Amino acid sequence: MLQYDLVVVGGGPAGMAAALQAHEDGVEKILVLERADTLGGILEQCIHTGFGLHYFGEELSGPEYAARFSEALYKTNIDVKVDTMVLDISADNVVTAVNNFDGLLTVKAAAVVLAMGCRERPRGALSIAGSRASGIMTAGTAQKYVNIDGYMPGKTVVILGSGDIGLIMARRMTLEGAKVKAVCELMPYSGGLTRNIVQCLEDFGIPLRLSCTVIQTHGKERLEGVTVANVDEHLQPIPGTEEYIPCDTLMLSVGLIPENELSKSAGVALDPVTNGLVVDEYRETSKKGVFACGNVLQVHDLVDYVTEESKLAGAGAAKFIRGEKPAGGTVTTVGENGVRYVVPQRINRATDKDVKLYFRVGRVLENVTLTVTCGEETLISRKKRKMTPGEMEYVTLKASVLEKLPEDAKLVVSTKEA
Amino acid sequence: MKTKELICVSCPIGCAVTVTLDDNNEVVSVTGNTCKRGDSYARQECTHPERMLTSTVKVIGSRLPVVPVKSAKPVPKELLLDCMQEINRVTVQAPVHIGDVVLANILNTGVDIVATNNA
Amino acid sequence: MKYDVAVVGAGVVGALIARALSRTDLHVVLLEKYNDVAMGTTKANSAIVHGGFDAANGTLKAKLNVRGTELMPQLCETLHVPYRNNGSLVLAFSEEEMQHVHALYERGLKNGVPRLSVLDKSAVLELEPHVSGEVVGALLSETAGIVCPYELTIAAAENAVENGVDFIRNCAVTAIEKAPDGFTLQTTCGAIEAAYIVNAAGIHSDDIARMIGDDSISLVARKGEYYLLDKAYGYLADHTIFQCPNKMGKGVLVTPTVDGNLLIGPSALDVDDKEDVDTTAKGLQFVVEKAKRSVPELNLRGAITSFAGLRAHPTTDDFIIGFSEKSDRFVNVAGIESPGLSAAPAIAEMVYEMLLEKTKASERVDFKPGRKAPVRFRNMTKAEREALIAKNKAYGRVICRCETITEGEILDAIHAPAGARDVDGIKRRTRAGMGRCQGGFCGSKVVEILSRELGVPMNEITKFGGNSKILFEKTK
Repeated sequence: MLQYDLVVVGGGPAGMAAALQAHEDGVEKILVLERADTLGGILEQCIHTGFGLHYFGEELSGPEYAARFSEALYKTNIDVKVDTMVLDISADNVVTAVNNFDGLLTVKAAAVVLAMGCRERPRGALSIAGSRASGIMTAGTAQKYVNIDGYMPGKTVVILGSGDIGLIMARRMTLEGAKVKAVCELMPYSGGLTRNIVQCLEDFGIPLRLSCTVIQTHGKERLEGVTVANVDEHLQPIPGTEEYIPCDTLMLSVGLIPENELSKSAGVALDPVTNGLVVDEYRETSKKGVFACGNVLQVHDLVDYVTEESKLAGAGAAKFIRGEKPAGGTVTTVGENGVRYVVPQRINRATDKDVKLYFRVGRVLENVTLTVTCGEETLISRKKRKMTPGEMEYVTLKASVLEKLPEDAKLVVSTKEA
Repeated sequence: MKTKELICVSCPIGCAVTVTLDDNNEVVSVTGNTCKRGDSYARQECTHPERMLTSTVKVIGSRLPVVPVKSAKPVPKELLLDCMQEINRVTVQAPVHIGDVVLANILNTGVDIVATNNA
Repeated sequence: MKYDVAVVGAGVVGALIARALSRTDLHVVLLEKYNDVAMGTTKANSAIVHGGFDAANGTLKAKLNVRGTELMPQLCETLHVPYRNNGSLVLAFSEEEMQHVHALYERGLKNGVPRLSVLDKSAVLELEPHVSGEVVGALLSETAGIVCPYELTIAAAENAVENGVDFIRNCAVTAIEKAPDGFTLQTTCGAIEAAYIVNAAGIHSDDIARMIGDDSISLVARKGEYYLLDKAYGYLADHTIFQCPNKMGKGVLVTPTVDGNLLIGPSALDVDDKEDVDTTAKGLQFVVEKAKRSVPELNLRGAITSFAGLRAHPTTDDFIIGFSEKSDRFVNVAGIESPGLSAAPAIAEMVYEMLLEKTKASERVDFKPGRKAPVRFRNMTKAEREALIAKNKAYGRVICRCETITEGEILDAIHAPAGARDVDGIKRRTRAGMGRCQGGFCGSKVVEILSRELGVPMNEITKFGGNSKILFEKTK
């Protein structure tokens, strides 16, 4: 059995940043295990720009952003195994993995960082009636075909769901010569960033149809068309609004789900709202020495925030390995009045740094007062012109404020519309 | 005087920006932006809009069939599809490194198309 | 090519008949119009082995169901096909339905079904705690089970080919001409001569019979829609749970599958188009509503996929098996609706005996009854995995992460006799793409591997043959 101080599961942006931070903080033996044949994770296929504006102050493409980290990582003594799939994490942090050059690997780790990312919600979860024709795929799968494999997955396209990947793919397919007929969104608002609606749809005259869904697919072999319909306030199709749109491809961008099957087998607690893990301010999970960061923890819109979060996890793991991580009395966080969730879910009162609370709202809110309260006391109050479910927000709590909170305090992040 | 509402696309925050123009369509003021980029984006967008362009080009001798590329700077928005035609004609030989120019001065815009991954 | 027997249709019935005939010295060809075996009714049904109490006394359905259910466990073991003897329950929700349960019990006894019993409410709830509290009682059939129908078909076809049967895919029969010693079949792959024909063409067996002037078969395509739920919901039912039957079928059932998922369905709607396997909002809604009557905790959040299949409902209400009245060289095996899967091993036995007697063929001494057990990496111990990878590195590369399927297993599926040629074929043989992400991650890798192994570009690989291509031309 191999012995490492830290094993990082996943070599995407989260895993790389966590490993690098732990290395910087003095952890000596680090192993990164990555399923794909290169480091970089999903960034390798995200060839559009917009990455790194916060973190590097530059507008990078996904592969460029990833390369900043992978190049730095390969200059260290961090061990990397690509093409390696983790099969199991045991109760005592023994990681079992497999590849076609070492065979089965077992690694005993003092600490583990979970950075497996997320997966796309597939068609089956939507129960769209109709045929099983080819040409129905998630936007991410289509993105891989176009950007990595170099093949067109369709010529005439309807996209269901206005998540960022769907919007990005609408532009990508258009630039490569396909006709994108419509982007349909079940909700009355888009799930993607506003800037992507402007530069991916409006720039190319692609209609965004809100409160609209695909109710039926047609075509026996390759997809031949879809029937779309408007939905009412209960999200049910409205009879009489059906419209047939001929197309050979239906792309789905209907949500991302943290990939936590390994976490479950490792016995780590999950948050039922995020489908991610329950963590503290250093992203330590419910299990001692097991940390998590990136989309496995909560689905992010910006990789820059993933990097920030992952550095916290790396730093936390380093502190844990040195036996210096603060432990003891914690306060919990909770979202109310439109705030769907808050990460981290618990904070050590004796923490050594300011803590950012990340959260999302459940619907579009305008002229909002955002507050963080503890009992009767308002710790933070801030005005916001607009908040949307598609954009992750944060507020910063000072360490000096946290320190003074009563034991077992509950911090409430809440909104109020004017 | 008239005003125009824009969403800044400079970064993923997507600020709602209000531009005030005079009768000659000259920008008088920009408000609502939260950084300098927003100001310059708004002025640019009202006079001659530009966009970053990303795509792939064919690569020979690599384990991958295509390598991703971007415009080193934004190109005029109305030239996006014309630029694609030029990019589609390019074939590069591996090895390719991040930052390598695969097509210089595309359509005389003064903008280079550069590789964004190694191949 | 000239054959002794041409079996038309590689569903579970055709494949098992071809395998049965491969015991003899007859030269057999198995013709399939699609790109793979098990593409019709076989791939979209309830996947259950019925006790045999449902069919009317004295029918072929009753006789062959009971015999098939008896043969199934051993057959599945020999062919390494997942089968589980989980037993079934027919629930009664009223005293009137309870009378029906008693009637089924009596009918079952007459059909020769062993191990039947009538349970009261508490006994039902003890066996199945998630069944509705409204239940009054139930019929328990302990010989009932579940089986993977397409895997049974794949295994049977594989074994048949290993024993010398020729398998020809993408071969649709377009006409049949009588020849001096049999027939000439005109097909989309050219002319094929055969002394005997077995018509196992499923929903199309009436059309095939008409090609020799036999218009005695009348089939109705009856659509059944299903939901497949995630393994996380498998705990909701251990037995196959039926409701009291009606004239359109056995009603909506809730059953575990051999893979540990939960299957609910089917709806029942007669359709005109024999290729119409579209799911419908109405049909799926019906399935959920009815299934909830049995198991109220059912929740669609667990739905992985939905699908529809067509049952070949004979207007006579019984299987049609025997020599055609137009030719004693032409065997009809038609109208094989429920309990067709349960009966399939017995149907194969029956057709085998008929043809053995007719042709005076002799049994081969070198018949290999079993197939090589397929590698299932996910079910192996650490030591087994190590040994496997040491032998072949391809078993060390995981392609489908949700189901832990290795490249080695995918290569086996492609290179097996009558192996996979498309993405769905890989999925049915290995489960790659059948998990939570439904092929989101591994789909493109499977296309890549198929492309490499079959020596064709990625954009020629299909989802399930025909024009079901996945990719268009290269972007550059």
